[in-house]
Amino acid sequence: MNDEQATIYTVGNVESGPPCCDPVPHLSVRDLSVSYGETTVLDEVSLDIYKGCITALIGPSGCGKTSFLSALNRLTDLIPTARVEGRAHLEGVNVLDPRLDVLSLRRKVGMIFQRPNPFPLTIRRNLELPLRENGIRRRDLVEYKIQTALRDVGLWEEVRDRLDHPALALSGGQQQRLCIARALVLEPSVLLMDEPCSALDPLSSGVVEELIQRLRGRYTVVIVTHNLAQARRIANYAAFFWMKERVGKLIEFGQCRPLFETPEHPLTAAYVSGLSG
Amino acid sequence: MADRMFTVLIWAAALLVSAAFVWLLGDLVWRGVDRLSFSFLFSEPLNAGREGGIAPILISTLLILSVALATAIPLGLGAAVWLAEYTRRGGIFGQTVRLSLDVLAGVPSIVFGLFGYAFFCSYLNMGFSILSGGLTLGCMILPIFIRTIEVGLSAVSDDWRRGAQALGMTRAAALRHILIPSAAPALGAGLLLGIGRATAETAALIFTSGYVDRTPESLLDSGRALAVHIYELSMNVTGGDQAAYASALVLIVLIIAMNAGALAFTDRWLSRRITP
Repeated sequence: MNDEQATIYTVGNVESGPPCCDPVPHLSVRDLSVSYGETTVLDEVSLDIYKGCITALIGPSGCGKTSFLSALNRLTDLIPTARVEGRAHLEGVNVLDPRLDVLSLRRKVGMIFQRPNPFPLTIRRNLELPLRENGIRRRDLVEYKIQTALRDVGLWEEVRDRLDHPALALSGGQQQRLCIARALVLEPSVLLMDEPCSALDPLSSGVVEELIQRLRGRYTVVIVTHNLAQARRIANYAAFFWMKERVGKLIEFGQCRPLFETPEHPLTAAYVSGLSG
Repeated sequence: MADRMFTVLIWAAALLVSAAFVWLLGDLVWRGVDRLSFSFLFSEPLNAGREGGIAPILISTLLILSVALATAIPLGLGAAVWLAEYTRRGGIFGQTVRLSLDVLAGVPSIVFGLFGYAFFCSYLNMGFSILSGGLTLGCMILPIFIRTIEVGLSAVSDDWRRGAQALGMTRAAALRHILIPSAAPALGAGLLLGIGRATAETAALIFTSGYVDRTPESLLDSGRALAVHIYELSMNVTGGDQAAYASALVLIVLIIAMNAGALAFTDRWLSRRITP
């Protein structure tokens, strides 16, 4: 892979892509309920997640935001007692269909966790492993994809000389960006982020936030955040969840600015103004 | 003052333990080293072991140990993975298996010997043989091996399991590339415990691999393990004491060498798991 080709996707290129906020649903969620054993944590949520946009899920802890996120890439399957009902269509396929091949779904729907979780391997191996496991083995192609992903998250210049160093030696913010690169390397169309900045210091948090903004347009991003200011800064759409009788419910969903400035529901108004939650 | 006393007591305990070991080793070297020579290691025993060497016994010991490890490692790893990754935490079946393993780990080796005799020698018609002895030893070290690895695997962070799943990796791939390498120290510890127990075992082998001191011609031949040889020389052969001490010295050196080997092996594996 020569240098010219390798620089096609630089940091700047992530910004290009289809114009954002076209109200084209990428993921259509209908009547999604999640329960663990006897306890229902999320009740009949319906909303559309628009292509190329950033959708923020806000609301107090325990109202089912993370469960909603995990249902979309079927990570809920890992919890033996979890039961998910409803439909969620991604590109015409119901992702909640029990017969669906979850491994290929998870390649299309990447996920970033609250705590950065790079594998205890080298930086290079962290990116190489998911590629190899998904059948991409050609040496030059692997190298190219690794470099592209690292450029996309703005990590390439920082780590290009130490790709064979342990990933766990990176700082928290770098680790989180590596995790994002690891998700991007599989070229997903949707990225689910579960409070990706909350375990980071303010500076690193700012860098990751900026990165998420750059992903707009090329990826459909669903992000859970407790930081209302952050949601306001980066999101195009916002969904407000709240507990009603100990069950998480979607209270209001809409474009981000109207939801914050002129909320329709009194609960939303109280939460975004800091009066409750 | 009380603190001082405490410090002294702690030091005394540590010294006492090391002194016991040094004394034991010193005694062995003192009484056995004269007899130890190149020809002792590489010649056949003569006159019931009073004279000659221990070559066939060393061969039998290593063969028995190989059979034991060759069965215990794959079985143990598989069972540990099943317990740690595939049983629901707190599930009845998994708990039952865990409890049985803990009970088995505490069963005296003579009982394993009797079981091995009844099952491998008689029922499966393997007779007194290296194979019977090795398989019996394999059964004996399995419980502790499984539990050590299982605990190691359970201690591996769940973040990595979820991370691997979220990247569309199969469970097998996550285990192979991330979880098992991360549990390598536990694997090494289990291996060390197993090798130590197996090499020093006497009771379980008398009934299963027998005590013929010829060089075994196949795995179905009977063979005498080093520990059995020492027991035989010191208990049943008058004038065999010096040879017994020399053999015991060889046994200790063998165990230390194998421990070092197992450590080096897990270290190499550990270097694949890269942590700062």
